[in-house]
Amino acid sequence: MTKLNTLTIAAARDGLRKRDFTAAELAEACLGAMDEARALNAFALETGDEARRQAAAADTRLGAGAAPDLCGIPLGIKDNLLTRGTPTQAGSRILEGFVPPFEGAATTRLWQDGAVMLGKLNLDELAMGVSTATSVHGPALNPWRADGGAKLSPGDGATAAVAARIVPGAIGSDTGGSLRQPASWAGVVGMKPTWGRVGRSGLVAVASSLDQIGPVARDVRDAAILLGAIAGRDAGDSTSSDREVPDFEAALSGDIRGRVVGIPRQYRDAPMDDAVAALWERGIGMLRDAGAEVRDIVLPNFAHGPAVFATIMPAEASSNLARLDGVRFGYRAKLGPGEGISEMYDRTRAEGLSHEVQRRLMIGTHMLSSGFYEVYFNHARKVRRLIAQDFETAFESGVELILTPGAPTAAPAADDPALLDAVTMYDAHAFTVGASLAGLPAISVPAGTDAQGLPLGLQLIGRAWDEAGVLNAAFSLERAAGFVASPARWW
Amino acid sequence: MSIDIATVRSLAHLAQIGIEDGDLQTWAQEFDTMLAAVEPLAAVNVEGVEPMTNPAHSLRLILVEDGVTDGNVQEDVLRGAPDAREGFYAVPKVRE
Repeated sequence: MTKLNTLTIAAARDGLRKRDFTAAELAEACLGAMDEARALNAFALETGDEARRQAAAADTRLGAGAAPDLCGIPLGIKDNLLTRGTPTQAGSRILEGFVPPFEGAATTRLWQDGAVMLGKLNLDELAMGVSTATSVHGPALNPWRADGGAKLSPGDGATAAVAARIVPGAIGSDTGGSLRQPASWAGVVGMKPTWGRVGRSGLVAVASSLDQIGPVARDVRDAAILLGAIAGRDAGDSTSSDREVPDFEAALSGDIRGRVVGIPRQYRDAPMDDAVAALWERGIGMLRDAGAEVRDIVLPNFAHGPAVFATIMPAEASSNLARLDGVRFGYRAKLGPGEGISEMYDRTRAEGLSHEVQRRLMIGTHMLSSGFYEVYFNHARKVRRLIAQDFETAFESGVELILTPGAPTAAPAADDPALLDAVTMYDAHAFTVGASLAGLPAISVPAGTDAQGLPLGLQLIGRAWDEAGVLNAAFSLERAAGFVASPARWW
Repeated sequence: MSIDIATVRSLAHLAQIGIEDGDLQTWAQEFDTMLAAVEPLAAVNVEGVEPMTNPAHSLRLILVEDGVTDGNVQEDVLRGAPDAREGFYAVPKVRE
């Protein structure tokens, strides 16, 4: 019999409804996989007791019939999403001991549907980075990078847990590509919906004009199911939309005949692995073979994305994260005699935040300070509009979707100096920041491997609110690519 | 535009992050590198372009009735505080 933890969400849902197995059995299989995969460090916190309790409740509900799609489905939740009564640390020492007194909107919807929380997933400190190198829990490892243990690659908790078949799906956040680009490195699907599609109350805010919550899954259908479950108006987030949430799974016909796909071919010259360039070319062919009309487009300002991101993200973060000051929650530094509140703030943030976060907060403060606000922050906001307008121009010309690589390279090895260089790491987001800056829906789909057998993803970007169209095109691409590889188990 | 030591000190103060005097020079160099990475943006012509605050796509602000819908959770919110007394967050003496 197939190991239950290797089932997709759709297959597990169908099996649960037919009572081929119980939610309790499914949860145990996943808990077992989690237990065996500790070497990956994908989880910041395991919540087995809670998972068993929720699975038992799900079985009762499944027995009564007409249970929602996610009833009894085990999921991982990134540890920057607040979960009531379960410690949430966002990979940072400064939130040590923090137990949220409320639940965020997206996860509230999951639990209402009967989903089962297996644990909180490891991430970069306060979601800043692409490799969990800055997590207080130490890096999560990419299951694809075995190489006899010599070339382990820091990964990301959500994509590692899904790729390693610990959980069939996860919910995380994406500020500049943190759902899509790690997904590309881990051979799984990661999707960022339109800005406003998923309510963000309960998300540890980093850069509010960029942050979005979205799914990580093994395939496109599962991503559609997860997105449908978390999307919708959130009374706790004034930027969330009340527009109707379509049935994303029902939109997966795989028929993309006549759809117009734009290719920003100027980026063929951008730095990227040969295997990535070749895969991009094959992806174009797959969409064309499926009946899509492929057109070259020009996005003149797309290449400015990483620099705009490197300005707006730290600036907004420096403001948002001022709340982490040792007063209301989390860590507070010990003070000496005669020391006052200024010393408390300074030392709490010096001891509670890593060097990487500190430097982003200080540079963000600089970019917002008088005299530099115009030069840096406001200027970047204007270039941001140009980037967004380039997308609009392409869409107005009839283009419905845009195809790019998910990342310029395959997953780097742990000893790759690029991992320690924040500037290079911003470049790892080269293809993903554009959709974040413009607030557009975008998905990364595993579509091939490089010469070493490491997975590579392709990204589809769509029009605002057209997640259904993006998912359907991704579904077609996924079928054409026929990506079935999974990481050989070494953990 | 390079960052001097006085600016680093001021940024650390504004961001409320304690840094060591001995590290000021290293921080300055690091900030210079970070600013150099965004420097190419200066060449982009943005004349007449309105700054983009957020990427809202026809998102309308939803107005709600002005009433109390939440609250009475004093104990819940104070439970997470490093120091809380008599219903308040407690902090060390304020002396600037």
